Amino acid sequence: MSAIISIKNLSKTYEGGFQALKDINLDINKGEIIALLGPNGAGKTTLISAICGIVTPTAGTITVGGYDIQKDYRAARSLIGLVPQEMLIETFESVTGVMEFSRGLFGKGKDPAHVEKVLKSLSLWDKRNNKLMTLSGGMKRRVLIGKALAHEPDILFLDEPTAGVDVELRKEMWNTIRDLKQAGVTVILTTHYIEEAEEMADRIGVIDHGEIILVEEKKSLMQKLGEKNLKLHLKEKINSIPESLANYNLQLNADGMELLYSYDVQQEDTGITALLDHIEEAGIQYRDLETKQSSLEEIFVNLVKKQ
Amino acid sequence: MNLYAVKAIYKHEMDRTWRTLAQSIVSPVLSTSLYFIVFGSAIGSRMSDIDGIAYAAFLVPGLLMLSLLTQSVSNASFGIYFPRFLGTIFEILSAPVSTMEIVLGYVGAAASKSLLVGAIILVTSAFFVDLQIMHPVLMLTFLVLTSLTFSMLGFIIGIWADNFEKLQIVPLLIITPLTFLGGSFYSISMLPEFWQKVTLFNPVVYLVSGFRWSFYEVSDVNLWVCIGMTVFFLLVCIAGIYWIFKTGYRLKN
Repeated sequence: MSAIISIKNLSKTYEGGFQALKDINLDINKGEIIALLGPNGAGKTTLISAICGIVTPTAGTITVGGYDIQKDYRAARSLIGLVPQEMLIETFESVTGVMEFSRGLFGKGKDPAHVEKVLKSLSLWDKRNNKLMTLSGGMKRRVLIGKALAHEPDILFLDEPTAGVDVELRKEMWNTIRDLKQAGVTVILTTHYIEEAEEMADRIGVIDHGEIILVEEKKSLMQKLGEKNLKLHLKEKINSIPESLANYNLQLNADGMELLYSYDVQQEDTGITALLDHIEEAGIQYRDLETKQSSLEEIFVNLVKKQ
Repeated sequence: MNLYAVKAIYKHEMDRTWRTLAQSIVSPVLSTSLYFIVFGSAIGSRMSDIDGIAYAAFLVPGLLMLSLLTQSVSNASFGIYFPRFLGTIFEILSAPVSTMEIVLGYVGAAASKSLLVGAIILVTSAFFVDLQIMHPVLMLTFLVLTSLTFSMLGFIIGIWADNFEKLQIVPLLIITPLTFLGGSFYSISMLPEFWQKVTLFNPVVYLVSGFRWSFYEVSDVNLWVCIGMTVFFLLVCIAGIYWIFKTGYRLKN
């Protein structure tokens, strides 16, 4: 897959000496959804700001669609739409007014049909003539997405797009983002909600202390770093794990009614069949069993802890 | 050139003028009319002519300049400070827009607004005094150059200011006193000799003098010096704005 954004050796040190980005190298593929995860202050917003031209990098190069963001800033920026983390909006303006303003800034003339399409996709068409101050928080956030899409960008940056948005609306936004991907838009998403990254992203990038710890396909990341657990719900309470099962590193829960077995999904022989045989031989009966894959959140927390 | 962006910024700024019509247009026109009533008609009727011109008529260029300077500075400074204050400036900084296009949009709108106010005040003054403009093209040139220059100064102030107090400090504590002491209400030849020399350090003197010459062919300072100084102030402001965008001062981290 070809890279639509290419970042080479990017560093950013602020005036006070704080190094927000340290030698970042990252290629973002055309048409993918990549989620950038990281704790507060990790450098996610600085990275986005550097790509969009809001922050001047201290070192390194960034190309967008093959255009250098410094030398060919017009061509590079024309490809990008940015939804900021904070609710930065002029409350006295109307919804269509701010959409047309954004479109004009990016060098495009009026196109009522496109504005209508975007507003309808964001369920804002009914509010098109409303002043922004009359809209709810969730609607204002959708207006920000609409503004970013007003000039039909190829790349969309969403910096914490669903922060403070209720569950129903969040799911609506996820659908909107999926539709954008379908339309060929490359989406770069930063989020605190791991569930969001797990739900949406093709690839995951983890940033901490200004460095990219890893960038990986979501599926392979979850396979590689995730473990799977088999939980057995016992028919009768046991006080301890029999000696014959010692090799399986089983864990017995506090009430003695559940046995937990962790295994590596990548290994050909997970040991489950043998374990079940041994459990039967030990005279332990179970009434139910379940398996659970570790979540992206658990993987993320482990990764950041290791740093 | 991204003309759509210039138009978008210009329209956005002008829309605010129409939204706040009372504050943007009615208020300066009212306050200038009050000056005409108090200083022109009431007090002025008891004052002798200055350089052969009735005091009320002598006031017109000075009052116009006072209004033009304060309006240009406040319009432009607020125009760029407001998106900085709200944070919406991110959109302009991340758009494919050059420095010149941003300045054209903001300064063009601020200058247009002050020119509009100036034109209304000029028409209003005709109700109070016997108005004559001997060199209308020159008068218009001074109006346009001054409104552009001081709109640029306002733009610089709007970028320099990091709170609303600073936004008001320059217009209130510098521009207004300089305008009052720059011969708006009197001829500087009426001052003691020492203060006449000190006054020449006040840039507004050149603007008011040149502007008044275009009305009545009466000026405290040579016309060409006035034109030269007006162009000089314009160039200084252009250089200031160029430096701001070159360095990203108060705009970029």
